[in-house]
Amino acid sequence: MERTVYLDYAATTPADQRVVDAMLPFFTERYGNANSLYALGRDAARALEEARETVALSINAAHPDEVIFTSGGTESDNAALFGIATAGGRSSGHILVSAFEHHAVLEPAHWLGKRGFEVTELMPRTDGIVHPEDLAAALRDDTVLVSVMHGNNEIGTLQPIAELARATHERGALFHTDAAQTLGKVDFDVQALGIDAASFSGHKIYGPKGTGALYLRKGVRFAPYLMGGGQEGRRRSGTQNLPGNVGFATALTLMDAERPAETPRLTGLRDRLVGELLGHIEHARLNAAEATMRLPHIANFVIPGVEGEAMLLHLDAASIAVSTGSACSSGSLKPSHVLLSIGCPVEFAHGSLRVSVGRFTTEADVDFLIRTLVPVVQRLRSMNPMYEKTLAALTGQQG
Amino acid sequence: MLYSDKVMEHFGNPRNVGVIEDADGVGEVGNPVCGDVMKITIKVNDDRIDDIRFQTLGCGAAIATSSIVTEMAKGMAIQDAVKISKNDVASELGGLPPAKMHCSILATDGLKLAVDDYLKKHGREPIAGEVKSADPTFDPHEDDEH
Repeated sequence: MERTVYLDYAATTPADQRVVDAMLPFFTERYGNANSLYALGRDAARALEEARETVALSINAAHPDEVIFTSGGTESDNAALFGIATAGGRSSGHILVSAFEHHAVLEPAHWLGKRGFEVTELMPRTDGIVHPEDLAAALRDDTVLVSVMHGNNEIGTLQPIAELARATHERGALFHTDAAQTLGKVDFDVQALGIDAASFSGHKIYGPKGTGALYLRKGVRFAPYLMGGGQEGRRRSGTQNLPGNVGFATALTLMDAERPAETPRLTGLRDRLVGELLGHIEHARLNAAEATMRLPHIANFVIPGVEGEAMLLHLDAASIAVSTGSACSSGSLKPSHVLLSIGCPVEFAHGSLRVSVGRFTTEADVDFLIRTLVPVVQRLRSMNPMYEKTLAALTGQQG
Repeated sequence: MLYSDKVMEHFGNPRNVGVIEDADGVGEVGNPVCGDVMKITIKVNDDRIDDIRFQTLGCGAAIATSSIVTEMAKGMAIQDAVKISKNDVASELGGLPPAKMHCSILATDGLKLAVDDYLKKHGREPIAGEVKSADPTFDPHEDDEH
């Protein structure tokens, strides 16, 4: 099989070999349970606490205990929503989440909404940003928790988290952010952002799948939802995944060390991609193009007149891996809730294309994508019975 | 969700793509909000489908079902063509994922509408029966299993 041109780093990343090397001793030699008293256990506990300190230092947590290791972004999001909302036996109150959150936030919010809590979905504007004044207007006296993601995984826009957290605190509620897509990729300082909780994922930063953490500021009341041996300060029971946690911490250290050089390199690749794609594919548009604060590695396009899954399958045949917000690609029935939330028309959302670059992406990869995509789009448009109508509507809009 | 080899083959090399300019019958189904639009044009001679072409905006399954239905219908008597069912289309393709069964409804409905259009133009009674997806408000996804 020819080499895969992998352009879906927002979905997952390959583990860095340096991460794997750091993990390996903890499977076979340093295999102790971090909760055991004997030497092997103490060695494991030391390694675990080192990993915790590494993460705490990276995010500027006030204390290492504010870092709870979890199985990844989904668990962290679920734990934050359930744990904070129901802390101290609370069974009612108002929860605000943005409408373009990851389903790992939306689903627990809706679950709580069916069991005593009231949930409001806050709409981002068409620029892909949740505006602090919109949040301020939606906050209520009984709001207990607000959750707005830091960087959107589909369109790559960065949210003004510090302002959103401030507005939330002014009304006495707590603020959580899903930072699965941003940790390691932009500066992330929990104290500067002024947040109460944040979710992280290891496999988005060249770490192992099934790893991640929840940041929980000291003093925030929290009801654990994994109960048992009382690990992680009674907030997340279960024997810690030591190789995974070491891998996650190592991955984060590498991200932090390489960011000064990597951010401009990724931004350059992304901008090349955007320029070439918009230059070569007529009527293509960058979603949330107005946003100035954005992640360096994600670009999301609408390509009118094509359907996303068909585009993706043709690219796959050329060994290119990308993703789409089309309903057909996911097995769900509606196209991307993220694109719909920023006002993208449904028929265009079916033709969306997300490209995300990363550590091992080269200019040649980007150029190969464009070279392959141009005839694919041409072919699909020529098979589209509506294309002339779509084109007329598009040019009518522009003229 | 996995497609059969035959679906992928028809998706990659669809048969009978295009439009017959002087078509005897035209069938259009689906709507862009659902993500699938299909247009089938037929040339009929002595109540037999002599030529058939399709254009489809849609996913891999939508393109593959359109392609296979044109292959199945070509040379068929119109009375038989309208009897091609969604299950016939799916099994001819070696099966379809459950969430994609609606694509085969679109393909068979497009063909039915093209036949009825031909009959109507000649002042004859339609024979296709109910064609749900001709209604612009019809959501084919409602038939999905979920």
